Formats: sequence, C-alpha cells, structure tokens
Amino acid sequence: MPRAVTTQKKILNSAISWALAIIIFFPIFWIVVLSFKTEGDAIRTPIEVLTSTWTFDSYAVVQERSDYFKHFSNSVIIAIGSTLLGIIIAVPAAWSMAFVPSKRTRGILMWMLSTKMLPAVGVLYPIYLIFIELGILDSRTGLVVILMLINLPIIIWMLYTYFKEIPAEILEAARMDGANLRSEILYILTPMAIPGIASTLLLNIILAWNEAFWTLNLTAAKAAPLTSFIASYSSPEGLFFAKLSAASVMAITPILIMGWFSQKQLVRGLTFGAVK
Amino acid sequence: MQLKKLVVAAASVTLLSTSLATAETLTIATVNNGDMIRMQGLTDDFTAKTGHNVEWVTLEENVLRQRVTTDITTKGGAFDIMTIGMYETPIWGKNGWLVPLDDLSADYNVGDILPAMAGGLSHDGTLFAAPFYGESSMIMYRTDLMEKAGLTMPKAPSWAFIAKAAREMTDRDNEINGICLRGKAGWGEGGAFITAMSNSFGARWFDENWNAQFDTREWSDTLNFYFNMMSDSGPAGFATNGFNENLSLFQQGKCGMWIDATVAASFVTNPNDSTVADSVGFALAPDNGMGVRSNWLWAWALAIPAGTQKEEAAKQFVEWATSNGYIELVAENEGWANVPPGARISLYENANYKDIPFAKMTLESILSADPNNSTVDASPYVGIQFAAIPEFAGIATDVSQEFSAAYAGQQTIAEALAKAQALTNDAMEAAGYR
Repeated sequence: MPRAVTTQKKILNSAISWALAIIIFFPIFWIVVLSFKTEGDAIRTPIEVLTSTWTFDSYAVVQERSDYFKHFSNSVIIAIGSTLLGIIIAVPAAWSMAFVPSKRTRGILMWMLSTKMLPAVGVLYPIYLIFIELGILDSRTGLVVILMLINLPIIIWMLYTYFKEIPAEILEAARMDGANLRSEILYILTPMAIPGIASTLLLNIILAWNEAFWTLNLTAAKAAPLTSFIASYSSPEGLFFAKLSAASVMAITPILIMGWFSQKQLVRGLTFGAVK
Repeated sequence: MQLKKLVVAAASVTLLSTSLATAETLTIATVNNGDMIRMQGLTDDFTAKTGHNVEWVTLEENVLRQRVTTDITTKGGAFDIMTIGMYETPIWGKNGWLVPLDDLSADYNVGDILPAMAGGLSHDGTLFAAPFYGESSMIMYRTDLMEKAGLTMPKAPSWAFIAKAAREMTDRDNEINGICLRGKAGWGEGGAFITAMSNSFGARWFDENWNAQFDTREWSDTLNFYFNMMSDSGPAGFATNGFNENLSLFQQGKCGMWIDATVAASFVTNPNDSTVADSVGFALAPDNGMGVRSNWLWAWALAIPAGTQKEEAAKQFVEWATSNGYIELVAENEGWANVPPGARISLYENANYKDIPFAKMTLESILSADPNNSTVDASPYVGIQFAAIPEFAGIATDVSQEFSAAYAGQQTIAEALAKAQALTNDAMEAAGYR
C-alpha cells in the first residue's frame, strides 16, 4: 500500500529540493552574471554587481584574444572520439563478463575500478614519456586514446550493469538459431541495450569534455581543448574574473545544452538497476 | 639588359624561397597577466619583421610551472620558448636544460638589463633567460587615510611604524582595514611574503650547513609580529588572502596599506578598475633596522629549452620581446604606463617614463633587493623570497600551509614553527643536503 504523503510534507520536500537546486545552480548563475560585467564591477559587492551596467565587453575580448572554435572543435573530437572508441572496446568486454563470467570476473571488475583511485599525477611522467616516444604529444589522437583509457573502467562497469539485466536465454535462443558471436553482440545484444549504451555514451562525453588534468598536461597549441581555453584566463596576479567567467560560459554552454536535451536518458541510465 | 632582369628575377625568387624555407612557427608557453597578453596582441610586429609565426599557450601561473617543468625534464619539445621566473632559471641553467643567451646581438644591448635582473637570471655569469619584466615589492597606501590618521608615511618606513599606522587607519565600522597582506598557503603566495618579511627580522631558511632555522627567535618574532598586526588591523579571513583578494580589497577602498608586488601599482592607480586611483602613495617595503628590507625580487623571463629545433628563430623572438624597441612599440600603442617595467636601465632614464607616479619607487625597490645577500646572517642559498634549490617549492608549500593554519587559528604560532622545522629538516635530509 502506498504511503500517504501529507500536504505539509509535500511543501517541505519541495522547499528542500528547490533550496538544494538553487545552491547547486548558484555558482553557474553567478559566473553568467559576472561574464556580463566589467573587471572593475566584477569585484564589487553582490548588490553592486547586480545593479551595475551590463556589457558584452568580456565576450568581445575573449573572442578577439582566443580562437574559440579551434578549442571547441578539439573538445568535440576528443570527447566524442574517446567515447566511441571506449564503447567499441567495452561492449565485448562487458558481454564476456556479463554472460560468460568466470570466478575472477568480480575481481577483474574491482581491479578496473581501482585504477580510477590512483592519482593521475602519479603516472604523469611515464605517460608523458610514452607520448613523446610515440610522437603523439599535443595531438588529438593522443588525447582520444588517454581519455578513452581513463574512462574505460566506467564504460565497462555501466555496460556490464545493463547487460546483466538482459535475460541470457534470449542470447541462447539466438545461438540456437545459428547466430555467431559477432551477430549475437551486434544484432541481438546491442539493439536491446541501446538505452544503456546511449546513457553510457552521454555520461562519458560529459566526463571527457570536462577532463582537465590530461588535457592540460598533454597539449600545447595544436590539440588544446576548451579546458585549456578556460585555464588561459585564470591568473593569481591580476583580476580577470569577468573574462574568466565569459570564457567559462562559452566552454560549458555546449555541454549544458547537450545535458539539458538528454537529461531523461542520463537520469534513466544513472538510476538503472537501482530499484532492484 | 635582358640578362640583368633575369639575374634580378632569379635572385628574388631565391631570396623568397629561402625566406619561406626558414619561416618557422614558434610555440611559446606563457603566463596570464596584463603584460604578457599585451605582447600577444603585438606579435604581428614580430611576424612582419622576421616572417616567423607564433602560437601562444597561455596558462595560469601554477599550471604553467607544472606544464613547462614536465616538458623540460622529459625533453618533450612541446615549446620553443618558455616563460619562467627567477626561481627556475639558475636551476635549469645549471642542469644544461636551457640555451645560453651569450650571443645576443649588439643592438640588443645586454648591458642595459638591470644588474639585479641579469644576476637572478644567470648561472655562473651566463644569462639563461631574458627578463620580460621585473618586479619587487613595496608599500601602496591610501594618502587620504594616512592624512586622516595624522601620520606621514616615510619613504623607507620601519615595521613598527607600519603596525602603528595600520592600527590608526583601521575603521571597522566603515569596513576599512589598516593593512592587507598575503596569508594564503603556497610558496609563491603567502610563503613568498613571509619569507621576504622574515629577512628583515634577521631570520633565514637555512644556516650554512642547510639546517632549518624555524626554531630561532627571529622566525618567532616574524610570525608573531605578522599575526598580531593582522589580527588587529587586517581583513577577516586574511589567512586565505593572496594577491588577487588583496588587490580586490584595495581597489574597493577597504585597505589602508598593502605591501605587495610593484606591478600592482598600475592596477590600483587605474581609474577604470580602482575606486581609490587618485589617492595612492608608494613607499619602500619596511625594515626592522637590521640592514635588510622586506622587499623581494622577481622577473618573468623568456628562455629557450635546450634541444629545440628552432633555436635561431626563438632567439630572434626573445630579442624582439625584451628589447628597447618592444618597449617603444608598447608605449606607442598603449601609453608609457603600460610598458613592461623593471627590466632595462634605459627605461628609467627615459623622460617619458619619469612622469609615471610609481616608476621611481619601483626602480628603488628593485635596486634595494639583492638575491645574493638577502639575509642578515650568512645563508647558503641565492634568492630573497625563495631559496634557489629544486626542493624549495615543495618544502615551502608545506611550510606555508602550516603558517596559514596558524593564521586561521587552527594551531599556535609555536606549533606551526615546530612543524615547519621538522618537515624542512626531514626533506633536506632526504634530499641529501644534511
């Protein structure tokens, strides 16, 4: 029997939800506000900031100083490329662990997850040296590979969780009908797991888009994505809050728009299996 | 006649193809500040003169430091020119990681570089980086508040005067703090300030055998003086304030005095950003009557990593960006107040620059800083707000974290000093100095 929820409780829940949402959203709101102010106005008290003149000057300066579209296209290629490559590798890996598990499957899954617990800076020098040797420093290829590798454990885990929900009998039936391994994964499993794959894809595009350690440390002028674009406006000696805010807004807008339109899939993907 | 035309045409084609063949694209890593951004805007002048193109990688100071250090230690070759400071230059020069700048052209006039800058950017007398701009630290103060307090700022004040003036100028009801100083953790933030201040109290980081000196009376005096003065007259939360936070407070009229980088003078006197632009005075950083002032010395300089394939083009850029010609180019486009300061003697002899209100005090501050004799008692290291050894950045960051915790009231000054003493000695022992 469903629990009765009183009107008072509903109001209280709504109020708490709204308060949390406002707290979480406030930094983004404030960045947007500061991006439309002069550097002088951006450091004043909140009331003075809100009542001072609004201007597009910071956007104009950022647009003039930096090649936004070059950074943007690098971000798009790196985020989408690393996610697609990750999916291609993760689908067979997750299939084998979900449908042909061995006694070490659980251990392998935990080991993959544990690689995410290693501080990235701990392997900076080895990775940097490998990139020099392979000639992929400051290249989009290099970043696609490294971001795929760092996100691969999450991709495999997410796909493994979705695949576990699919009845093994369906795959068995396909096998009995003569489907080989390739057909089984491509034509039976993948179409059934499309919602899960889509959620994984979206989440990993967001993770790759926002990644700021490797993208800053393995790039210079050619492959630098939007994280480098933002970093170029931060300074401990000089006030660049308005320009930094404008650059941040320009960097996060595409991914916010993508997140907004795909929020249903994202929420479904992240909560999949949670009510079992 | 026909033959002459042919010879001229052939020579032109040869020259053009040679020029095209030698045109390079330089990748330059630099820091995000007003002077460097201005340089990026004027790069077309360099391209027009040499045919070389430039790609900029602009990063926040700490990110830049990590990025270029990774690249140079692995011989990555991602950059043809790096913007580095006085801390890195002698260490990297000694390790053979930088191209010596000992063959710059006669027109460049190396002898015009301020001796303090050239000295700090050299190793064994060889220049390894050309100063783009130099800075020291000095007092910036509100002339109107000083007058209201019935005091007159001496040209070279003592710490006792500064503490007294700070208390007199403090007006909590009107949100005016007598003094704003760095307290933020980080060797380049609060760590730099307290180290420079400690020099004037007779303290030093190491004795001549590389033993830490935080257990001395001089360090205790420094930290207690700082803490008491800031508790009485500083802004709330001073333990987390760095350059930008104090700049913001000063520009909003919330600081009576601010002791920080000379480069800040152009920010606080800019009426577009500062509400107190017309009432700012300048004085030398304070001393304690021990013969050493509390000002530091720093330069952002351009260096060429050893092994670059574009050494000649890189040298051309370094010469262009740090020359008198570049200073004149900036003056022509942006005015004399915006030229990169603190690098060349001739700038301070230029009649156009003498009218800039902070020019004289900037030069005097730079000239009064000596990285080779920065402490009252002898020390084994070079540097004023740092010791030019590779281990310093890591150790000083940890030490400044202990100090900031004490400023924030999370531990006592004595506890912070004891921890600093222990961790510094441990690190120096592990590094083989002791």
